[in-house]
Amino acid sequence: MGWLIFRRLATALPSLVGVVVVTFLLTRALPGDPAAYFAGPAATAQAIEEIRHRLGLDRSLPAQFIDYIGGLARGDLGTSLTTGQPVVSEILTRLPASAELTLLGLAFAVSIAIPLGIFAATRPGSWIDHLCRVIATAGVSLPTFFTGLLLVYVFYYLLGVAPAPLGRLDIYNSPPPARTGFYLIDSLLAGDLATFRASLAQLILPALTLGIFSLAPLARMTRAAMLAALSSDFIRTARASGLTQGKIVGVYALRNAVLPVITTLGMVFSFLLGANVLVEKVFAWPGIGSYAIEALIASDYAPVQGFVLTMALLYITLNLGIDILYGMLDPRVGMAA
Amino acid sequence: MIALLRHARYVLGDNSVTGLAFSLFLLFVFAAALGPSLAPHDPLASDTAQALHPPSARHWFGTDDLGRDIFSRIIVAARLDMGIALASVVLAFAVGTLMGIAAGYFGGWCDRIVSRIVDTIMAFPLFVLAMGIVAALGNTVTNIVYATAVINLPLYARIARAEASIRRESGFVEAARLSGNGEARILLAQILPNILPIMMVQVSLTLGYAILNAAGLSFIGLGVRPPTPEWGIMVAEGASFIISGEWWVAFFPGLVLMLAVFCFNLLGDGLRDIVDPRRRT
Repeated sequence: MGWLIFRRLATALPSLVGVVVVTFLLTRALPGDPAAYFAGPAATAQAIEEIRHRLGLDRSLPAQFIDYIGGLARGDLGTSLTTGQPVVSEILTRLPASAELTLLGLAFAVSIAIPLGIFAATRPGSWIDHLCRVIATAGVSLPTFFTGLLLVYVFYYLLGVAPAPLGRLDIYNSPPPARTGFYLIDSLLAGDLATFRASLAQLILPALTLGIFSLAPLARMTRAAMLAALSSDFIRTARASGLTQGKIVGVYALRNAVLPVITTLGMVFSFLLGANVLVEKVFAWPGIGSYAIEALIASDYAPVQGFVLTMALLYITLNLGIDILYGMLDPRVGMAA
Repeated sequence: MIALLRHARYVLGDNSVTGLAFSLFLLFVFAAALGPSLAPHDPLASDTAQALHPPSARHWFGTDDLGRDIFSRIIVAARLDMGIALASVVLAFAVGTLMGIAAGYFGGWCDRIVSRIVDTIMAFPLFVLAMGIVAALGNTVTNIVYATAVINLPLYARIARAEASIRRESGFVEAARLSGNGEARILLAQILPNILPIMMVQVSLTLGYAILNAAGLSFIGLGVRPPTPEWGIMVAEGASFIISGEWWVAFFPGLVLMLAVFCFNLLGDGLRDIVDPRRRT
């Protein structure tokens, strides 16, 4: 097992190098003058020159790259122009907000998509099968930001059951003492049920929006994988041996069908991390996505670069986790190594 | 050719949804081609006396906060939205297919370089990479096209690589080689036409995704500048009115955007059924 994990880590290494090189090249090697960006629109030529020197932009590209790697190793991603804060600390304080939202969205998607896919596969041609197909096609066609706005209109404006889409907590509650940065967990740890309820209320709509978006590929894949598993020989044998339907579907078929579904999770994470940015904008969510949007609009480059790098590192880590999980669930992968 | 058309009619007849998607597609093409002359009002003319009117006989989709007719703006925006999506997909198709067939046909170092590029792009969450590219290249519509093309590139390169490497040793390629054709000629005149149908299916499947992506980028304020009508930015402009109940400002552009993506996805599925019946689900 340990050897398997080590091998997976080794295969992630080229992606890691690629991501670092690309984020470096995005700032340094493209048309446009980063020094002029960093100096702001009102800077004189001399000020730009000074900044160029201070940022090391007057040196050769390889020397700059070594500098950049050194900065990364020290955990230094530069400083934001607009807030004057180091990018790393701002991203780290905002990361829990995004993580809480994304994880809840994913949990919602998985808890709907997998049962839906299983039911659709066990009853092909029934209404639940058609429902699954409609959801799978409609889900990928819905622009995330549009779904979010629709949900706000229905649940906030029309029905009045959801709070205003303005961040993680309404003004009547103060954030719980920070331990994990996840408001749901922190408020429970502090035993503050009112804050827990308030932050859950704020979370539901954005998490639902993300969930609806990522539900479609998961449901589609679960259905296809279950259909394939259910028509295989070992299921026929299991049936012939008189096992119950529940045991056949829940244990024999599902355990095999779950593998391709886990592979799809990689793609779902790519969608989720991207959609997260849009959802954060709709719900004024103070995560790293809205941080990046603010920086983008202000042409403040260091935060954007830090954001792209953080997201890519997260994505690589998640894929690594998926690979390891796959290896644990499917012993054949380990044996082939 | 005739057999293909007959097969196409059979599949379309069998699947009324694809037929519906196709007529929707024609509608979008019509709007994109004739947009400005179809619009009943000037898409940029503001009239503050008419601001935020709900849908009516005069303004079918209502008016926005500057009194501009939303219906006209949506129609005029079709050309820009479809243009961005089409340009980026064509770019991704051309570059990705060439990279992919070269990698699949030649193998060796060519394959290693292409695969490394593709893997590096895929190591990013794609929308995030597009944001980074637009930020680095500059905030313009052209760069939205480039960014969308880059994130679609891996799909084309991967499929083209797989399809080309299957055909590398096939009979018709051997025959072309024996009759003295050069490698470049075999690649472009034999292999490329052979994998074109499969690649075209990919085009229609990714068009919807390209529209979503471009609209997402302009929703967060990249690319298209405010007075220009574009679906993503219109939803963004209407977003602040959702909480005060003026739903139509964001709803109609979002709905049309959704319909466009839906239409392309269905069309892609339909096209796949025609070209590659084994993958029908």
